[in-house]
Amino acid sequence: MRALVIDDSAVIRTVLTRILTNLGFEVVQAAHGKEALERLRSGPLPAIALVDWNMPEMNGYEFIQSVRASSEWRDLPLMMVTTEIEMEQVVQALSAGANEYLMKPFTPEMVQEKLEILGIRGIQ
Amino acid sequence: MRINAEDFQYVADVVRTEAAIVLEAGKEYLVETRLGPVAHQLGLGSIGLLVTELRQRRNPALLTRVIDAMTTNETSFFRDVQPFEHLKRKVFPELIERRRNEKRISIWCAAASSGQEPYSMAMLLRENFPELENWRVEFLATDISTQVLAKAREGLYSQLEVNRGLPAPLLVKYFHKQGHEWRIDARLRSAIEWREFNLAAPTYPSMGPFDLIMLRNVMIYFDVPMKRSILSNMRRALRPDGYLFLGTAETTINVDESFASDTLHTACYRLKSA
Repeated sequence: MRALVIDDSAVIRTVLTRILTNLGFEVVQAAHGKEALERLRSGPLPAIALVDWNMPEMNGYEFIQSVRASSEWRDLPLMMVTTEIEMEQVVQALSAGANEYLMKPFTPEMVQEKLEILGIRGIQ
Repeated sequence: MRINAEDFQYVADVVRTEAAIVLEAGKEYLVETRLGPVAHQLGLGSIGLLVTELRQRRNPALLTRVIDAMTTNETSFFRDVQPFEHLKRKVFPELIERRRNEKRISIWCAAASSGQEPYSMAMLLRENFPELENWRVEFLATDISTQVLAKAREGLYSQLEVNRGLPAPLLVKYFHKQGHEWRIDARLRSAIEWREFNLAAPTYPSMGPFDLIMLRNVMIYFDVPMKRSILSNMRRALRPDGYLFLGTAETTINVDESFASDTLHTACYRLKSA
């Protein structure tokens, strides 16, 4: 089970990778939306993508729009990773096609809970 | 344990810096409920002493503990997921079928706490059973604490509270942002009758009978004789073919043998006579 983590912060990528690996996911990372689209093109489709909002090159909103507009990836479950300050953007992200959001700071339990809402589990 | 204004401000600042969580004035009760047990566990006699210890910043583990206590919710929307799946897939379809003639369903959330459970049920009904719009759905939510009931009635939740268990599409559909908090739709608030109620009362006033009683994660606080008394009162409040939900870690086994588990996993019980 593969998860794609998209964040320009290496710290957040590392933390999420550790949590998701412990939950039984194989994690692929990208530092921004464009790189994430590359990862989608070059590898098997992940079960979930966790997407930061503010990123260089291509931000979270643009990435979500691109994914939903594509014929191959339109059903990919997308989870916005956000802060409270950006909550208005979550509403925007949901209308663009995100399925869930995860608010920073998060705990492993919160990540698991949000994945459960989407019915997604790693391989234990 | 009480917290003074200065200590509250300090905790609010720390939690805001460390965890991006906003604790506005009026949230003193939340800090008191969460940090009281921490102070107690650490052998500190008051929250004031805990905050003094925290201010000295000698112990990073204490900071983590405080942040954890302030960010961990005892209750959440759609808590435990499974019981709500069971309600959606089995209980409500069965009830709707059986009550099709009378077009009336009555629900009692008997340990409603700050309202997440009854509101989760109300959203579940609206999302999945639109035909109930034309039914008489009586929805009673009770708790022993006036403070949590007042919060439940207000339907105002922190960012942290809506983060837990509430699917994002439901947040957007049924809540609106009010300052730093989220307020649930007035239609959902008015669909529920909130009442103060002590489950430990020896006999209950005439109420119900109910098709569905939610009594989750409250029996753990009582001893066996009290559990028996509560379950016997529940038996009288439940319609003979009704459903009783307990918490996932709770059971009627060895407490009240007139109930039988509906399925093994959901802590959903029915009267054996049903």
